[in-house]
Amino acid sequence: MTVRELTYAQAIQEALAQAMDADPDVFLMGEDIGVYGGAFQVTGDLVQRYGEERVMDAPISELGQAGVAVGAALAGCKPVLEFQFSDFATLAMEQIVNQAAKLRFMLGGKVNVPLVMRLPAGSGTGAAAQHSQSLEAWFAHVPGLKVVQPSTPADAKGMLLAAIDDPDPVMVFEHKLLYKMKGEVPEHPYRVPIGKAHVAREGRHVTVVATAIMVHRALEAADTLATEGIEAEVIDLRSLRPIDTDTIVRSVQKTTRLACVYEGVKSLGIGAEISARIAESEAFDYLDAPIMRLGGAEAPIPYNPTLEKAAVPQVPDIVTGLRNLVSGRI
Amino acid sequence: MNAFGSIKPNARPFYQKHSSEELLQALRRMYLIRRFEEGAEEAYMRGLIHGTMHLSIGQEASAVGATMALRRSDYITSTHRGHGHCIGKGADPKLMFAEFFGKEEGYCRGRGGSMHIADVASGNLGANGIVGGGLPIAVGAALAIRKKKRDDVAVCFFGDGASNEGAFHESLNMASLWKLPVIFVCENNKYGMSVSTERSMAVANVADRAAAYKMPGIIVDGNSIADVAEAVAEAAARARRGDGPSLVECKTYRTRGHSRSDRNRYRSKEEIEDWKARDPIPRFEAELRAYGVAGEAALTAIRESAEAEIAAAIEFARNGTDPNPADLIRDVHSPRAA
Ligand SMILES: Cc1ncc(C[n+]2csc(CCOP(=O)(O)OP(=O)(O)O)c2C)c(N)n1
Ligand SMILES: [Mg+2]
Repeated sequence: MTVRELTYAQAIQEALAQAMDADPDVFLMGEDIGVYGGAFQVTGDLVQRYGEERVMDAPISELGQAGVAVGAALAGCKPVLEFQFSDFATLAMEQIVNQAAKLRFMLGGKVNVPLVMRLPAGSGTGAAAQHSQSLEAWFAHVPGLKVVQPSTPADAKGMLLAAIDDPDPVMVFEHKLLYKMKGEVPEHPYRVPIGKAHVAREGRHVTVVATAIMVHRALEAADTLATEGIEAEVIDLRSLRPIDTDTIVRSVQKTTRLACVYEGVKSLGIGAEISARIAESEAFDYLDAPIMRLGGAEAPIPYNPTLEKAAVPQVPDIVTGLRNLVSGRI
Repeated sequence: MNAFGSIKPNARPFYQKHSSEELLQALRRMYLIRRFEEGAEEAYMRGLIHGTMHLSIGQEASAVGATMALRRSDYITSTHRGHGHCIGKGADPKLMFAEFFGKEEGYCRGRGGSMHIADVASGNLGANGIVGGGLPIAVGAALAIRKKKRDDVAVCFFGDGASNEGAFHESLNMASLWKLPVIFVCENNKYGMSVSTERSMAVANVADRAAAYKMPGIIVDGNSIADVAEAVAEAAARARRGDGPSLVECKTYRTRGHSRSDRNRYRSKEEIEDWKARDPIPRFEAELRAYGVAGEAALTAIRESAEAEIAAAIEFARNGTDPNPADLIRDVHSPRAA
């Protein structure tokens, strides 16, 4: 098995190429994904390799594109739709939420919608309030959709291939700050199952459930805390719908403390869901401290770089938060 | 009257209608836009500002021509490529630069940046990060004008690419249905990011789409300020009379890339050079000279004064106040009435 270093963006591109190689029904659609190579250079030169029929530049019509992708999926294709920014999925809500998510259910299971949507998300690029959101929890609220957030190049490839294989609509949220991150990626096509969390670091004192870029920030925080004798267990959630409750429950039973770290707005988001699942589970009796949520500020993402950083959890916030959660209680 | 004594004897309506002061003010605004964007570009390259920006260099005639027909109480809605519209409508470049630099003095107190600059006091309801986002907002502003029995208008700037959004079609339909005072000004610069109009539109011209909504669709040379200003003035007069909306399509070109990430892979050098040769600023200057509105010395003075204003604006912005992170959520909601 050959393993090389690839960036997160290259890993996605490789998955797209391998999916197109394996299945003539797979095609890509989106804005500027052809000769421009995609706003984040994810599709790169795929149009040269696969042609404009399979790497389709579409007009700036997000609602229309989503609807076209739903129709093509119903009729036997496997479209992979790139939203230029996840924020623009708000223009396509109707097709995603009312159509893609529900068609199979509404039609008594007689059809399926094998549609994959790729959505660059998150802040940190100075793109301000309409190009920096983390809306994944919105979509994860909708039965009929699967929502994943790979945080490493290897998972980006494996989860995208799993998403393309999946018979139902899958939304893949890709954090923009991860695109240039490097990591080891096996060359052959492989799948990382949707719905399984990954224990990114083992520890005894506190469970940190994190998503996307926050996985890396939590790992960095865990390194710092390790020098103080605090061992954090970092769980990369990877999938918001379905959620791997078991892995979190088992971890909390071991560590007796839970922190949720995510970039989306703190209230009514991922942290609330994880907390509730623990509160409802057999792990509840094991808790030795209140559950902690570290999430985005209750504000749109601001432009000014200092404010932008202040709007989402940073490593020092996580270090302090976890230290307080654990302090005096080990 | 101007330095040459007789004013524009054989000129077209644009030159007859506007005083020399107004014409020179328009030229100055075109220069302000050009220098503003060149200055922004340079500040970005020097790492002084972050994020991205969309430059309208080459499109100054449509921004200034369209806004010349307007009063301060008229509205505009703008786009991600909106610096020109903002300056055209009368914004102060130093407050725009302060926004670019993320400072409290900026139009949005550093929260918005290039893509969200607005100056509500001068009637600019804002740039927009969402393609097509401003279209229904302009229709709504026009509805308010009508309800309040004002004779103002709303000019809605948008790109060729935006005309492929559902919001465009819904907005034109409502504006026409309700005969609202809107002027839809399309700046057709041939591309939505990398995709040409040939590859994204089923019709050749954005103006062709007006017929479906029963409104006039006028095509003008977007690099001729006179063409743009005359067409928009006529559309504005029609709107003020209560005869409803129009669509004015300005054929133009952005000589810079779409944004900072553009590598210009989708168009040729020849095409760019060809359009650079049709630069709206020298073209306007040539007409001003030909009609005897200004001589070389006056034109140089205008250019230099615009340059000085931009240099001072950048200095002002650099010395602005950084927002306090403690104020992060300050403006999410309005303060409660006491
Ligand atoms: C809803 C939405 N889709 C896509 C984008 C990304 N985007 C920003 S500008 C742009 C091109 C817009 O083209 P056009 O309307 O012709 O305006 P121009 O950039 O040429 O001035 C695109 C695709 C966006 N900001 N909003
Ligand atoms: Mg355009």
